[in-house]
Amino acid sequence: MAVSKADVDYIATLARLSFNDAEKEAMTHDLNEILNYVEKLNELNTENIEPLANMGDRTNVLREDKPVPSISNQDALKNAPDFQDRFFKVPKVIG
Amino acid sequence: MEYELVVGLEVHCQLNTKTKAFCGCSTEFGAPANTNVCPVCLAMPGALPVLNKQVLESAIKLGLTTHCTIAPYSIMARKNYFYPDLPKGYQISQYEEPICSEGYIEFDLDGEKKRVRLVRIHMEEDAGKSIHDIGEETYIDANRCGVPLLEIVSYPDIRSTKEASAYLQKLRAIVRWLGISDGNMEEGSLRCDANVSVRPKGSEKFGTRTEIKNMNSFKSVENAIQYEMERQIEVLKSGGTIVQETRLWDADKFETRPMRSKEAAHDYRYFPEPDLVPIEVSDELLSLIKAELPEMPEVRATRFVSQYQIPEYDAKVITTDRLLADYYEEAAKVCGDPKATSNWIMGEVLRTLKEKAIEISAFPIEAKRLGVLISLVKQGVINGNTAKEVVFVKMLDEPTSPQDIVKRDGLAQVSDTSAIEKEIAEVLSASPTQLADYRSGKTKLFGYFVGETMKRMKGKANPQIINDILKRKLESV
Amino acid sequence: MSNFVFSSYRDLRDALLSKSISVESVVSAYLSRIEAKAHLNAYLAVFKESALAHAKVLDEKLASGKPIGKLFGMPIAVKDNIAMKGEKLTCASKILENFTSIYSATVIERLLSEDAVILGKTNLDEFAMGSSNENSAFGAVKNPINESCVPGGSSGGSAAAVGGDLALVALGSDTGGSVRQPASFCNVVGLKPTYGRISRYGLVAFGSSFDQIGVLAKTAEDAALVLEVMAGEDPMDSTSSNKPVEDYARASLDPKQLRIGVPKEFFTDALDPEINAMIQTVLEKLKAQGATLAELSLPHSEYALATYYILATAEASSNLARYDGARYGYRAKEITDPTDMYVKSRSEGFGKEVKRRIMLGTYVLSAGYYDAYYRKAQKVRRLIRNDYLNAFEQVDVILSPTSPVPPFKFGEKMHDPLTMYLADIYTVPMNLAGVPAISVPIGLNAQGLPIGLQLIGNLFSESTLIGASKLVEATREHSF
Repeated sequence: MAVSKADVDYIATLARLSFNDAEKEAMTHDLNEILNYVEKLNELNTENIEPLANMGDRTNVLREDKPVPSISNQDALKNAPDFQDRFFKVPKVIG
Repeated sequence: MEYELVVGLEVHCQLNTKTKAFCGCSTEFGAPANTNVCPVCLAMPGALPVLNKQVLESAIKLGLTTHCTIAPYSIMARKNYFYPDLPKGYQISQYEEPICSEGYIEFDLDGEKKRVRLVRIHMEEDAGKSIHDIGEETYIDANRCGVPLLEIVSYPDIRSTKEASAYLQKLRAIVRWLGISDGNMEEGSLRCDANVSVRPKGSEKFGTRTEIKNMNSFKSVENAIQYEMERQIEVLKSGGTIVQETRLWDADKFETRPMRSKEAAHDYRYFPEPDLVPIEVSDELLSLIKAELPEMPEVRATRFVSQYQIPEYDAKVITTDRLLADYYEEAAKVCGDPKATSNWIMGEVLRTLKEKAIEISAFPIEAKRLGVLISLVKQGVINGNTAKEVVFVKMLDEPTSPQDIVKRDGLAQVSDTSAIEKEIAEVLSASPTQLADYRSGKTKLFGYFVGETMKRMKGKANPQIINDILKRKLESV
Repeated sequence: MSNFVFSSYRDLRDALLSKSISVESVVSAYLSRIEAKAHLNAYLAVFKESALAHAKVLDEKLASGKPIGKLFGMPIAVKDNIAMKGEKLTCASKILENFTSIYSATVIERLLSEDAVILGKTNLDEFAMGSSNENSAFGAVKNPINESCVPGGSSGGSAAAVGGDLALVALGSDTGGSVRQPASFCNVVGLKPTYGRISRYGLVAFGSSFDQIGVLAKTAEDAALVLEVMAGEDPMDSTSSNKPVEDYARASLDPKQLRIGVPKEFFTDALDPEINAMIQTVLEKLKAQGATLAELSLPHSEYALATYYILATAEASSNLARYDGARYGYRAKEITDPTDMYVKSRSEGFGKEVKRRIMLGTYVLSAGYYDAYYRKAQKVRRLIRNDYLNAFEQVDVILSPTSPVPPFKFGEKMHDPLTMYLADIYTVPMNLAGVPAISVPIGLNAQGLPIGLQLIGNLFSESTLIGASKLVEATREHSF
């Protein structure tokens, strides 16, 4: 499963990243090298193996529906690159 | 060629929990922007979600009520996409192994029973609010980020706009009955997307579908689907093909139009949410939640008919809303006259709710006060007219008990026979013409004498006693 | 002790309790050394004033006779991917360069409640992604033992701080070896507990199902003591374990009762021969004390790295989506719409390795590849975990090298990502399995570079692991 530059473009779009030509070249090379390495997993027959997703042994770790104090608006906006009044501000969503 | 409409609905139902799905922030509507927020719902680095128990229970309640299979093992998943009002860059949702699957909702339409099957119901979180219409930039309020939602996905079993609307109404009634959501479409606590396609009548194959978004009332759901159906038929009839796309309903222009989207394809990269543990629904938990389920409307209406001897129609009306049904039962219990209570609800109460455009929860007369009022009539303390036209009206404006109003305003019914007899005598002597006419056979004038007597007694006389005395007098002379 | 260098917390505590020294004098000695060795670049932020002020408060507490905490006066450094309210939290990334945390991690609250003194935040590979600390946006860290060598990574700053006596103890995070490998490179102990043993609330996520906060210390006992304070259920972290916390620091083992597994897959040609020889020496000493050695097999070991790089990068690609320039962090200038804001802010804000891992993780989750990569890797993860769970039916601990190579020079492995990834070959499997592991220093090689060995325990067997570590530490004392 070789990764093409078009694949890199598509993945970059999904990940909201951009690369110049040289970076794209290098990224394509690196991804192919790594993916080529991970191909080794295909040596294993995992047909009847249950995927492992949950590392703990607990289930139903739930919170009671009781409010806890929120933070202040000032704290919420403390690190905001741009804000006005009580709102975060971002460039206008188009479309 | 005749075409048939095929619709499946995806409904997002905002739950009315006190706190958000994954943090303890309040869900209260109308708080100042970005004040119901915390490190978790603002996606601060290092913050982690913890599932609200009430969200799980609400999902299971809706699943049980809609005849779904409740998954004994279920997991949360991340749905990855970027949007300014989605702080984490992913929405916590469910993908594989949702909490409920394969159920159905039944409703009556034009006297027939219709069943729409459900693919699944899953838990997820809401996004924040983007405000685009002030200034040159977009403003973000994260108060709604993380508010719990249930997504209810139907099979494409809907065949008309009326069915779509009836299905939604029924779903709304169910979530309200369960008390898990206020189900308000206009305020966005019930949101609906429709997958719409058409096919030649009799065909088994589905046509290409479009997804219609932005319908925020029952009427707009009907209108949007109707428009989209006609548009698709038009395209097909003129030899065109339907493009699979997402379209927005524009209620002002009364049309659907394709949504402009920069992203080529939706590639959400779902994967199991590693920050949350699996959900196991044991038989024990399931029976605990089952025991908490309220008696469903159909069952309750049937019980009302047999237990309280009220008409089936009244029972159905009263059980359209759980709080109304609760109200009825409480008032009936207080006064001990379920039949009279049902009449009051069907008459004065529902009329007032409609006039004031309010819900029973906001009705100023509590069930207990109404019950007392009805019993005052029953005991003969006041007559029915005084109760309806005077005491009830005053009770709407003040929290006073009906007894106190009656006492304060001197509204108690006069059952003193001698006083009534005296007034009747005066009425008869003041109306010689009418008396003569009555005696010559115009017995309809009986009502006239009753009315005159009542007028003289300021409406407070016991009507039964007036009747009795008047009858005796008119016949005896 | 006159230069305020302590070989363990016990020494420091005894001195403090005997009132021969004050917390303030200890803290100011550490602060002076931090200043003197600023060129190591171990710290990204030093809390000079607040640490001294806290020290004074602690001195008064002791003088007044009030009960004191388990970590009284312990000078601790914290990896800069753990949140402290009101302090910068950079993750050594340009994207968080000016970010201040508005809350504290659970572990920070727990350390402070036991009277530890926090000296500052330490350098790391950006977002904990790296094995040499060369991926820090704020410059690499130098190995205090040999400044031409890397300190390892990603907790390189924490390891260098403890190794260079710039802190007595430091917190790190371990996603694939990020505590243990730098510990071995800097001649200190590095403990990665069982997944879920310590709350992750406030640890900036890299691979959520792998990440564990760990401890770098001079001795296994110190690491255990800090573990004891931090461990335990946290209502803010659903994945934290509710298993009872033991007296880890006091754990001890009779060598005659100890069964040590030696996995043949870890002792191959890939292992530096000198490291192998040093480990064999330790094994012989343990055997001489009565421990049972058993060769065993962890058959899926060779698949661990591939599995790890699929799953951890997939999780990372999602965990790092929140750095989008909208609510906090770096926002690029000259942006036209939100997408432009995301793309430019992220491309300018993230470093090369972080972008590489986001790309890889996004790829393996993308439409059409999920089953081939992600689900496949999840299945192999189970096989790997089963290898370990099976092994622990026969042995109490598994002993292995921590790193296949001794500390390497700057730039030596930066040319090729895969070469760098192979440095983690012995540490990654434990994060896949979720089991605890510890790196214990066993001496210097012929070039004078530190070497560590790794002990691996069964799930939640930290007491056994600490007991075994103490035995390994004792073998070293005998030989020097």
